[in-house]
Amino acid sequence: MRIELVPRTEPKAWARALAPVAALLVSFAIAGLVIWGMGRSPVAAFQVYIADPLMDPWSLREIAMKATPLIIIAIGLSYCFRANLWNIGAEGQFIVGAIFGSWLALATHGTDAGMWVLPAMLILAMIGGALYGAIPAFLRVRFGVNEILTSLFLVYVAQLLLDYLVRGRWRDPMGFNFPQSVVFDTAATLPAIAGMGRVHIGVIIALVAVVVTMIVLGRTLFGYRLRVSGDAPRAARFAGFSQARTIITVFCISGGLAGLAGIIEVSGVLRQLQPSISPGYGFTAIIVAFLGRLNPIGILVAGFIMALILIGGENAQIMLRLPFDLALAFQGLVLLCVLSADALVSNRLRIVRARA
Amino acid sequence: MTTFEAILFTIVMASTPLLIAAIGELVAERAGVLNLGVEGMMAMGAVSAFVAAYLFNSTMLGIAFGMLAGGLMAALFGIVVLGFAANQVGAGLALTILGLGLSGVIGAPFVGERLPPTPRLEIPLLSDLPILGSAVFSQDIFVYLSLLLVAGVAWFLMGTRAGLRLRSIGENHASAHSLGLPVLKVRFMAVVFGGICAGLAGAYLSLVYTRFWAPNMTAGRGWIAVALVVFAAWRPGWALVGAYIFGAATVLQLHAQAAQFGLPSQFLSAVPYLATIIALVILSARRGSSGVGAPGSLGKPYVPDR
Repeated sequence: MRIELVPRTEPKAWARALAPVAALLVSFAIAGLVIWGMGRSPVAAFQVYIADPLMDPWSLREIAMKATPLIIIAIGLSYCFRANLWNIGAEGQFIVGAIFGSWLALATHGTDAGMWVLPAMLILAMIGGALYGAIPAFLRVRFGVNEILTSLFLVYVAQLLLDYLVRGRWRDPMGFNFPQSVVFDTAATLPAIAGMGRVHIGVIIALVAVVVTMIVLGRTLFGYRLRVSGDAPRAARFAGFSQARTIITVFCISGGLAGLAGIIEVSGVLRQLQPSISPGYGFTAIIVAFLGRLNPIGILVAGFIMALILIGGENAQIMLRLPFDLALAFQGLVLLCVLSADALVSNRLRIVRARA
Repeated sequence: MTTFEAILFTIVMASTPLLIAAIGELVAERAGVLNLGVEGMMAMGAVSAFVAAYLFNSTMLGIAFGMLAGGLMAALFGIVVLGFAANQVGAGLALTILGLGLSGVIGAPFVGERLPPTPRLEIPLLSDLPILGSAVFSQDIFVYLSLLLVAGVAWFLMGTRAGLRLRSIGENHASAHSLGLPVLKVRFMAVVFGGICAGLAGAYLSLVYTRFWAPNMTAGRGWIAVALVVFAAWRPGWALVGAYIFGAATVLQLHAQAAQFGLPSQFLSAVPYLATIIALVILSARRGSSGVGAPGSLGKPYVPDR
């Protein structure tokens, strides 16, 4: 007896929509087994990872703040992934965006610069992220270099650049030699939403990114072109869509949004530059994009789910003394399950009796 | 040992894990499967090898567990991309994230522990050679193994019938299938071989190179191994050349840091990554954008039609 894959002639729409949910449930089941295997109670883990954060208003706000960068980056990545291009360097674009935006915050530090600083920081961060994202796109278009590897290696370069800046030129002279910049002025800090504790207006920016992307993908010629170049590259060529232009554009969009997320995290949450400003948001966002089926609303939901797991992971570290890396392993597991579920929507498994 | 010989010795040490991982990935890619999970398989190999060597006090068992862990991770990847025909790029990324996370979980109780040094195997006569004698022929077992591996894989791919079949499956899976070759079975074996190699490379890192375990200690070496396969144009001999060039770049930047040329250490640390990008640009530009040298079916999922 063996198992074969048989392509489905017409994959069902409801199956496609339910696939990520099924994948998530399977991931939870496997993770529960692993935790049980580690000699801990899966029920207690579920309580700490999922139930408790959802019940507690403080945790809910923390989830919203963690979900913000994930959603913004994943929305950007969805442009690339839809066109079948692999930008896996969002983490680096996030950092370079944060560096560009923070430059202005530090340059105006201690002056009574007015309201213009913050919007200018956001724009600078988008430009920085877009330029950094354009590097792998340019190398791909001009020299045919694989964008997966170049975008990934540029992450390490960006991390080292940030490390250099906060330990060198940008270190706070009054900071007791700690590798960090000065704390940003109020003018360079994202304001909190009234009545929501630490939650800053970055959350609203994330929602705007979701809505704008829904309109762009659903109702513009650019969105249509993107879908065609991803689904049917030959058809896109015959229709005269420039592949080079599409590649550069989507990398700039996703780099720009990752950069925006970077400055939002720094000016809204950390309020200063540190050697490490991201617990891997750029990589987690890849999972968010796929879990959300590259659909803006799906990404919104998936962003909150992954943020919940991250907050749960922090709690589990304290309360169950489970290593935080468990949350990272879980992310990998979710992505494997989502991709398998997607593949099983397009193909079905058939059990074949051994041939005599 | 002179300074020059010592530098050569460390270059060989830095190059060996890159070479072992790259050779494994090369075989998988020659069979048409792009596995971007090398970094994760390597991390799992490193942690499993360290834990086994520490608990059982045996380097050999460490090596065995490292290879087993890499092979199991690759088998999981094989089930997902071959059994379910899932997207290979996405699944490879997932494998990397899973491996980095899982290795952190497994290794957490062992952070800060140290292993005794592994014995060096001096090859009689050859180890008395000037310069190369101390750099190459007084190394540990991994180094000799890696050189044998290159020769073995080159012979297998280019000189045997099975190797020819593997290459034809990677070149065009539909034709290979119509000739009656077991496409998925061969691919699965190639992927698992790649995983075993990545696990062995990880074992080298934690057993010989550092002799301790730290989360994320692979530090992008798995990705550099993937890049080396492109650099080598899918030929084993060139993977050897590439691995030693990048190993040399890594070691020389460390020496430059120690010598304090006035360049910030972070800039020098970025050298191996930048060098990899530049090497990829030069090679891709020379080969043209058509990707000459890449197996024809690389990265494409295959569902055999009947």
